[in-house]
Amino acid sequence: MIVETGHYALVLALALSIIQSLLPLYGGLRREPGLMAIAPPVAIMQFVLISISFASLTWAHVASDFSLLNVVENSHSTKPMIYKISGVWGNHEGSMLLWVLILGVFGASMAIFSRGMPSDLRALTLSVQGWIGSAFLLFILLTSNPFARLARPPIEGQDLNPILQDPGLAIHPPLLYLGYVGLSMTFSFAAAALLAGRIDASWARFVRPWTLIAWIFLTLGIAMGSYWAYYTLGWGGFWFWDPVENSSLMPWLAATALLHSASVMEKRDALKVWTIFLAILAFSLSLLGTFLVRSGVLTSVHAFATDPTRGVFILLILVFFIGGSLALFAFRASALRTGGIFAPISREGAMVLNNLLLTTSCATVFIGTLYPLALEALTEEKISVGPPFFNMTFGPLFIPIFLAMPIGQLLSWKRGDLLGAAQRLTFAVALGCIGGLALAAWRGEPFLAAIAAALAIYLVVGSFVDVAGRIFVRGASAGVMLARATGLPRSAWGTAVAHAGVGLTLLGLAATGWGIEKVQTIRPGDQIALGPWSLVVKSFEPRDGSNFKALVVHTEIRDGNRLVAEIEPARRLFSTRQMATSEAGISTLSFGQVYVTVSEQNPDGSLDARLYWKPLVSLIWLGALVMSFGGLLSLSDRRLRIGVARRAQRKPASAPGSVPAE
Amino acid sequence: MSRKGRRLMLIGIALAVVACAAGLTLFALRGSVSLFMTPTEVAERPLSAGARLRIGGLVKEGSVIKPDAKTITFAVTDTNKDVAVTYTGIVPDLFREGQGVVVEGVIEAPSRLRADSVLAKHDENYMPREVADSLKKQGVWQGAEPSSKSSPARP
Repeated sequence: MIVETGHYALVLALALSIIQSLLPLYGGLRREPGLMAIAPPVAIMQFVLISISFASLTWAHVASDFSLLNVVENSHSTKPMIYKISGVWGNHEGSMLLWVLILGVFGASMAIFSRGMPSDLRALTLSVQGWIGSAFLLFILLTSNPFARLARPPIEGQDLNPILQDPGLAIHPPLLYLGYVGLSMTFSFAAAALLAGRIDASWARFVRPWTLIAWIFLTLGIAMGSYWAYYTLGWGGFWFWDPVENSSLMPWLAATALLHSASVMEKRDALKVWTIFLAILAFSLSLLGTFLVRSGVLTSVHAFATDPTRGVFILLILVFFIGGSLALFAFRASALRTGGIFAPISREGAMVLNNLLLTTSCATVFIGTLYPLALEALTEEKISVGPPFFNMTFGPLFIPIFLAMPIGQLLSWKRGDLLGAAQRLTFAVALGCIGGLALAAWRGEPFLAAIAAALAIYLVVGSFVDVAGRIFVRGASAGVMLARATGLPRSAWGTAVAHAGVGLTLLGLAATGWGIEKVQTIRPGDQIALGPWSLVVKSFEPRDGSNFKALVVHTEIRDGNRLVAEIEPARRLFSTRQMATSEAGISTLSFGQVYVTVSEQNPDGSLDARLYWKPLVSLIWLGALVMSFGGLLSLSDRRLRIGVARRAQRKPASAPGSVPAE
Repeated sequence: MSRKGRRLMLIGIALAVVACAAGLTLFALRGSVSLFMTPTEVAERPLSAGARLRIGGLVKEGSVIKPDAKTITFAVTDTNKDVAVTYTGIVPDLFREGQGVVVEGVIEAPSRLRADSVLAKHDENYMPREVADSLKKQGVWQGAEPSSKSSPARP
């Protein structure tokens, strides 16, 4: 009964979604307040219904209701509770339901927090959200119903793919989806602006929090996915240029470009048409990502064989939204009043350069990802484009970005002083050079790593030059400087912190060059030198988990004779699927990691092990955390200003552009 | 600078960046693209040593030999022809005799490949699509149609 309720709620949500897509659209275009007012409550109701639906599927998984096909295929009664819950989205049907649930969350929060917006823009935006919701709800109900029942329920389920029985599954997909689907908000805003035929700086202010939220989650989602791949796949790689990874990277690049161009629009009322285009592009790329992952057109670690009708359906959604929005863009963009053109050496000029490089690098990733598919479709020749392609195209395009990031921060709006900015960066450049040389002398080859590290140090230090310049004044007391620091707009801190995060990630990437890798056969009692550490293999112990049996290799990490840490790389055999996985033993030691994986037991009882020492590797993901924190700081800046806007609104005859909360 | 001049400069910079990217892309595509072939195609086509290839097929029963911890040799077969593969490193968890596999590497001699990556997928029912296609082409496809089981967003 609970399951049927969930199914029914989903159908109701579709009906509401269709209402939300049609009536406010008509109302918004005709300026009929009654019809426009329908949108917010419908959006909230739709969220409630999808939540009911999601909750009932979760209940079926938690209670192991094996009369449901979805539960049978992906669950098992002995599976630990956390995987029973996260297993809800550990499969195609459930993950699509999570997708629309998050869409519902965004729609409802938009309905609640957008009271200050012009009513037609608000109604049109929610209407476009309704279109997206309708398309995906229809997709779920027609091709991937998670509530399908079995006539003869089995006693036991087939268990979840062991690779997915990992805490990563509980975190990574929701984060990534919050990012992907968050971009639907900017898309809806862009489409609404085109439909309404007007756009101004206040539009950019309305969109900014949503873009930031999506960007923060996308950053976290990608980083989390990368870390998960790193520790489960067992060979220490963290980015594979796998098409599915690329399809999360492309929206990220577009969203990053959008964040910057929207700030130009907000401050200088320029780059309007371009910003609209980027908003459309960012969501189109996340739809493309959904298509690539869900349709089965790719051979990748993510794409398993799937039902072809699903691929066709998602392709139709893709064509409808991308084609429709681009057509709308083509017809209506000329109606938007364009902003002025500005001096090349200025903050906005730097943002244009940023946009140019980010979109170009996005285009190269796009080509590398889709060229093999296009070629196969046209000539039946099968090729694969490997990591060297991406390293060779993406790398050179990102070097100027890294170089320009601190400079751009130091240029002022309208007219910047390039020489002045360069002078203020002398310290950062010097520090970078010294750091790079020191590392090259200490660690030696490869020198490319030292160069990248120098660039990273320059980036981290350079990111804070602007803020530092605004805080430290000659002769000022500590109290004054503290006051200046707290008085700075949060967005200035946000920019500095986010840019420094990019530098930290780059430092982590650079340090991979100095990593050490060993492959060897181990037995209890063995001692292995690995970089600065020595590893002592203590024992092989059999151990049982709730739904697997494991062989654990108990290993000590020593610094000389001092015990620093213990790791337990293991080999697990999941009985239901007769599938073995290896569990890496990882220990983080001063930002670097010791990483050990083991193979199946050899006939003589020994094991083959892969041992790595990866200096500073954790900075790759910590950098992403820092980036997101920067985004969060920037988001909190909005809140301060909303307070101001509200206060201003209370006075009569003010508030021409009040602002949405987040 | 005049308005027109600024616009021209912007367009110029944009074109320069795009041209650089296009050049890089074309250059990189030449070096890092590898062709996918079946063992039969490898046997039929004259391939010079040093060519980069991806080969898909099944790991031949009884062909896996491990001379030491680091090295593994095996044959990839499409039941018609075999390719001998040498790989240094630990093979993925699901690498097993009789299972589908995709190897990528450099041709050393006719029908001999030194692999730098070995891919076996994360699901016991799963067959890499290229392998399934080439086995169908050989007429030895026995499995059912690919199951509709799917994976979530990450491995």
